[in-house]
Amino acid sequence: METLALQKEATTVQTTTTISGSEAVLKALLAEKVDTVFGYPGGAIMPIYDALYDYNDRLKHILVRHEQGAIHAAQGYARVSGKVGVVFATSGPGATNLVTGLADAMIDSTPVVCITGQVFAHLLGTDAFQETDVINITTPVTKWNYQVTDATEIPSVLAKAFYIAGSGRPGPVVIDITKNAQLQMFEYAGYKRCEHIRSYRPKPIVRKEYIQQAAQLINGAERPFIIFGQGVVLGKAEKEFLRFVEKSGIPAAWTIMGMGAIPTDHPLAAGMLGMHGNYGPNLLTNECDVLIAIGMRFDDRVTGRLDKYAKQAKIVHLDIDPAEIDKNVKTAVPVWGDCKETLPLLTELIEQKVYPQWLQRFKDCQAKEDQKVIQNELHPAGDVMTMGEVLRNLNELTNGEAIIVTDVGQHQMVACRYAKMNNTRSNVTSGGLGTMGFALPAAIGAAYGDPSRTTVAIIGDGGFQMTLQELGTIMQFKPNVKIMILNNQFLGMVRQWQELFHQRRYSFVDITSPDFVQVAKGFGIPGQSVSDRKDLRSALETMINADGSYLLEVMVGKENNVFPMVPQGRGVAEIVLGSDEV
Amino acid sequence: MSKQEYTITVYTENQIGLLNRIAIIFSRRKINIDSLNTSPSEVDSVHRFTIVINETEEVVRKLCRQIEKQVEVLKAYYNTADEIVWQELALYKVPTEVIAAEVKVERLLREHGAKAVVIRKDYTVFEVAGHREETDKLIRVLEPFGLIEFVRSGRVAIIKASDGFHEKLKEFEYREPGEEAIENEYLDQGEKVFTM
Ligand SMILES: Cc1ncc(C[n+]2csc(CCOP(=O)(O)OP(=O)(O)O)c2C)c(N)n1
Repeated sequence: METLALQKEATTVQTTTTISGSEAVLKALLAEKVDTVFGYPGGAIMPIYDALYDYNDRLKHILVRHEQGAIHAAQGYARVSGKVGVVFATSGPGATNLVTGLADAMIDSTPVVCITGQVFAHLLGTDAFQETDVINITTPVTKWNYQVTDATEIPSVLAKAFYIAGSGRPGPVVIDITKNAQLQMFEYAGYKRCEHIRSYRPKPIVRKEYIQQAAQLINGAERPFIIFGQGVVLGKAEKEFLRFVEKSGIPAAWTIMGMGAIPTDHPLAAGMLGMHGNYGPNLLTNECDVLIAIGMRFDDRVTGRLDKYAKQAKIVHLDIDPAEIDKNVKTAVPVWGDCKETLPLLTELIEQKVYPQWLQRFKDCQAKEDQKVIQNELHPAGDVMTMGEVLRNLNELTNGEAIIVTDVGQHQMVACRYAKMNNTRSNVTSGGLGTMGFALPAAIGAAYGDPSRTTVAIIGDGGFQMTLQELGTIMQFKPNVKIMILNNQFLGMVRQWQELFHQRRYSFVDITSPDFVQVAKGFGIPGQSVSDRKDLRSALETMINADGSYLLEVMVGKENNVFPMVPQGRGVAEIVLGSDEV
Repeated sequence: MSKQEYTITVYTENQIGLLNRIAIIFSRRKINIDSLNTSPSEVDSVHRFTIVINETEEVVRKLCRQIEKQVEVLKAYYNTADEIVWQELALYKVPTEVIAAEVKVERLLREHGAKAVVIRKDYTVFEVAGHREETDKLIRVLEPFGLIEFVRSGRVAIIKASDGFHEKLKEFEYREPGEEAIENEYLDQGEKVFTM
């Protein structure tokens, strides 16, 4: 007995090594196949940065210029690569600078793991230098968070962090590690990935009877309509979705977050939903008889006034998050589960069909929108350039192959309305939170997430000034990011609302900008500004063909508006095509 | 749908910070928590929250889904008052001399089932376990006699139809939980989705 026990002890001793908590963090990242970390050092995370010094060959670290930039970059990386984005930040201000990005990642279900340093455990609660209550500050904006005060917890806690961030409905996780735990030496017995937590059920069990009910509804429908969101992309179910759409013959429209899950030029692609989405999908939401919602959450920007939303339709809702079912819109059939599993089951049971008359309705709406809005936007008659024509030219040069990262405002809506996307994971935007300043750092992350593709960041003159310090990150680490500023010399989207709903009382939307080209030059990034249509095409070509990053400023009309629009407080069918209808 | 009192029972892991995570689900929606109690449960290592709120059933159901969504929550149930057996405990501190002098007080205390917990020369502490109306009533009774202090505990509740959590927990331990574990996801049980 005794010898057996001793032998056992001996073997365990053999398989452990003594390492620091900090090194355990880095070993965890390698075990999770992390290749890039976005971060910024500081006092409370110095032991981890010290350990990083020896891991530099295996782990790329991108030194951002502000922690908000780090988390947006991690988001861009995650959205493009499908992997978990990783952030390092120090305690106090380092951690609080992450909050906007956490909120953004939370509402857009983006998997990120943020590791923040924290003061020594014995100083917790003493208002020590750079101490903030990171766990409580971040609780509402994280899927999970945890404070580590003992190094022995690090391997298992990080395993949980990666599992939780990436599984089920993904989201951000914060792991706050006190400095003593980073420094502590302990017996490390290796890293075991987490695959199960008893209180956490990432995927609801698929119930066949609901699939059958859904199929029955779909098979009996005369005017069925599919609306889909990012769930299709997060579930890596693009193929399954395409098969479903093509067999069903049903027109499919996307939310801003779902864009790109099927090619934007697909014959059954019906366009974008929402406040500045396309005319047809909004209007016909209120004419369809069966509405099939897949991996989307009926955000108010999509539904408009809820009591006027799809009242005539029977709603089938496929979602992985049980809390989304019936949250905003009452469903007839809830298909709970991962759409990668539920879609093939549903496809199996539905009949192959076509709906020529119903599709014609979409085409008619498209024609009306073309004539009243799109034509003028893409091929303006006047001298003033439109954002739409910039997008048209960009499409012609990138052929829908680029990753389009957008900031927030008019340019975001125009970009999402007109950009062509052949591939999934091409659209990186701040959908749920609408975070100005998102695009530049997110584009840096996107460029690391998939270096084989061209990344174009489309940003307003306002939003660019929120995080333009990340040009320094580009200067130093040279990710290939094409920066396109659509400059209307206003905080355009707010100005549009002031024009339409506040009697043109332009209150603090007139924003002056520095010479962006000179600014870029200061960071060693070439660029140019165009204000004349005749220079646009070649400027875009120069940007796309540039060896590395490039900044192109396009001066567009100052007071152009984005239409169509579902004005706030109105139903989707009350969508207007121009300011005369508002 | 009108508002009424619901008792929410939440089975959770015993984790620091979880109380906050659950509390903010209510505060974020500007919903007042009438009573909150945390305690161990029938299962070792599993914690139990009992939360009382006044809301419509639709709101309560949505709240329970948000609660269950939390990584460290095993299960959330909601019940109306007739579906549970519940108690609250109240303590009353009154001057001993008044009780000693007034025979009436002793009779009143007896009528309300009050039990003396501490008797000192200067004050006496009584306890009453019961429903809110009962404990409330005694406050009014004792006020004229110089009630010095009053405090009432959070509600504790037993769900009448429950078989306890032992069997359920086994399901959660499995990689692929059985239907027991996910009964909340059964919408066809209609309004009863969250009851046991
Ligand atoms: C951080 C943040 N602050 C404020 C807003 C409100 N907001 C939404 S759009 C917008 C104007 C954006 O202007 P600009 O970046 O120039 O883009 P444009 O609309 O002109 O294309 C503002 C201020 C926001 N979304 N995010």
